[in-house]
Amino acid sequence: MKKIVERIGIPTLAVTAMLVIVLITAAIQGQSLQTLFSDMLNRAGMNGLLVLAMVPAIKSGTGPNFALPIGIEGGLFALVCCMQMDLGGWKLMICSIALAIVLCTLMGYAYGKLMNCVKGAEMTIATYTGFSIVAFFNILWLVLPFSNRKMGWMLGTGLRETIQLDSFEAGGLISNLLAFQVGKITVPTGMLLLLGICCVLVSYFFKTKAGLAIYAGGVNPQFALAAGLNVDRGRILANILSTVLAGIGIIVYSQGYGYAQLYNGPMMMSFPAVAAVLIGGATAAKANCMNVVLGVFIFQGLMTAAMPVANQLFAGTDLSDIMRQIIQNGVILYALTQVKKGGDR
Amino acid sequence: MSIVHFAGASGDRAKRDAQVAAGQQLPGVHAPGKPKFDWKNWLLDNIVTLIFWVFIILGFVLAEGVTINWFLTELCNRIYRNAFLVLALIIPVVAGLGLNFGIVVGAMAGQLAVVFVRYHDIGGFGGFMLCMALALPIAIICGWLTGTLYNKTRGQEMIASLIVGYFGNGVYMFIVLFLIGAVIPVQAGHPMLLPGDVGLRMTVDMGTIKYALEDLVKVPFAPFMVVCGALFFLYLIWNQFFRKLKPGQERMNKLKFIVYAALSLAVAVIFLVADITDSALTMVRKVPLGTVAVIVLLAVFTKWIMTTKLGQDFRSCGQNQHIAESNGINVDRTRIVATIISTVLAAWGMIIYLQNIGTLNVYTAHTQIGFFAVAAVLVGGASVSKATVSQALMGTILFQSMFILSPEIGQAVFGQAILGEYFRTFMVYGVIGLALGLYVWKANKQSKLRLDDPEDPMDKTVAEVVSGK
Repeated sequence: MKKIVERIGIPTLAVTAMLVIVLITAAIQGQSLQTLFSDMLNRAGMNGLLVLAMVPAIKSGTGPNFALPIGIEGGLFALVCCMQMDLGGWKLMICSIALAIVLCTLMGYAYGKLMNCVKGAEMTIATYTGFSIVAFFNILWLVLPFSNRKMGWMLGTGLRETIQLDSFEAGGLISNLLAFQVGKITVPTGMLLLLGICCVLVSYFFKTKAGLAIYAGGVNPQFALAAGLNVDRGRILANILSTVLAGIGIIVYSQGYGYAQLYNGPMMMSFPAVAAVLIGGATAAKANCMNVVLGVFIFQGLMTAAMPVANQLFAGTDLSDIMRQIIQNGVILYALTQVKKGGDR
Repeated sequence: MSIVHFAGASGDRAKRDAQVAAGQQLPGVHAPGKPKFDWKNWLLDNIVTLIFWVFIILGFVLAEGVTINWFLTELCNRIYRNAFLVLALIIPVVAGLGLNFGIVVGAMAGQLAVVFVRYHDIGGFGGFMLCMALALPIAIICGWLTGTLYNKTRGQEMIASLIVGYFGNGVYMFIVLFLIGAVIPVQAGHPMLLPGDVGLRMTVDMGTIKYALEDLVKVPFAPFMVVCGALFFLYLIWNQFFRKLKPGQERMNKLKFIVYAALSLAVAVIFLVADITDSALTMVRKVPLGTVAVIVLLAVFTKWIMTTKLGQDFRSCGQNQHIAESNGINVDRTRIVATIISTVLAAWGMIIYLQNIGTLNVYTAHTQIGFFAVAAVLVGGASVSKATVSQALMGTILFQSMFILSPEIGQAVFGQAILGEYFRTFMVYGVIGLALGLYVWKANKQSKLRLDDPEDPMDKTVAEVVSGK
């Protein structure tokens, strides 16, 4: 019994148990489970790529990518630039994703360089790098001469806090692609398919020579160095991949949500993503795509399902958001106690 | 120093030793007895402080609407408000825990005490002291818990302290929005409660606790500064010429002494003249001696505790946990004590902060406390492993000046005050990131200079060999 618990991991078990309890409560309350499942699938699909971005970073040994906002801001910037050119529909999606890949590659390269300078304290520095980037882009959103009326304030200069994607005919574009219904459950095929493809690609990448070299550098840098592998380059490559995934991830998220959230929206986005991959069974040093898929469905599923349940139980209190904070940060703290040499000196 | 070396693993070390023996200077290492000023290292060490100085001077040049008496009033007010919280960070740094973002937890403990006192509608100085007393046990428990957590996340204390702040925020919100009313019985219809009698409203009025400490004794600003400048000048003279040195103590170097003495004298003279001529400088808000006394007391306490056995233990743990342990210090316990002290001070600091502000924003008052305090102490020139009282106070002054000036600059240069506010946020996070990043980068470079090789038994510290790792 103890062995099974250890194998699956306490966070996974605990959060899954919570999800089951919440779903049972929802059933007792007479909530429509089918609507609930639809929402859960949608939310999981929206967040999937952001969570997947953790995998390369963890595998390369830099730990969970707390600097996710870097990639997110890159993606948002690409999206906003394409909106400025007044592209619409699929053109907007594809162009912004392409531009996001280019931008995030550059940003990821710089970020990877930084991570190589601060070995041993990556997580702390990454968090503040992420925060600073958000604050920096706050200034950019305000100062850059974007002129498309659909995304400016009614008065004054600068971009709006949230830009509606529907005004560019791009809301829910990927989610609704090939979407179908089972009973009342809507399956956002496009998003899930994209997540699946990216998972397969990332898994495949870590089976190639370059990917294996990165992984080896993450597991034991000294050994990898002795074997003639360029560990630093591998870490840069992995962080580029992570940043690019975050950039695409936020575009997918925005179209699923219907709005692009600028300004302080991305500030805290790394924490739920880190928590999700940890709930899926990853640690600060070990992660794979299975962890991502499991984690995002359990964690985002719980968050989605908990909201209506908590609202019905205790109307008016924001209990589900409080629960999110406690679970999310509790899981991260638990993972930190498990970091190599965690408890001992 | 032996000149003969074995080839192979220690080859680089041999080369280095040979260089030293030949009297060559190594990069980044000073030869003893030949102090040469290293501009590059000095710049790297002080870059954060310098950026702030440049920014503040620029601010005065650009923002024309800023008058000196308004600026000083704002600045002093912010110092009374924040200095205590910033000082709460010093002990964990000395004890090797890094910058304790977990003071947020202490702040929340203080807020809970305030909520309790205000719920029973107790006001005045008595209410203020009751807040302090109530916050003590809550903060001790919270500090003990976070300290235990830091012992379990050794090496990752700083990110752990950040996350524990967020985690604590979740628990705190659960208490103030749900437990109060749903579990803890409350009087129905109390004005502090949300409609429905579950959870607290967003703001709690501090009532007569507002300015409870500040209004105790007040003195005019200019004479206060004259006395301060004169006293500091006399202290410097005594320290430099009359004080009997204990072994290990040194006198201040001459240049530093002259600069400090000239500055303190200048302050005294300027304010004396200002007081006589009744210039704008006398328009600055009166000085609340109570708050100043509390801050000075804490500064003295922090300096004093470092001279005690406990303080020595903090320092030993901060330098090397292995060696501390092998010297019979209970490292885990010492680290927990450091965290508890920091948390309690943060709780008290928060109460002082709130009595200055006058209203408690229950949901959000604590959220930025950790970032602002840490950024301030870093701007003062502190690092992850070294922080002093003077750095904390200097940092508070510089950081708060930036805070006052940046909206003014945003308004003056871009016509948008909000831009200055975003810039301010950028400076807060940027400073923390930059200072921490530079620290780790330098530490990594130095460990390379030491040619750390885990496979090389010669490189193990004594304690590592003793403990058999």
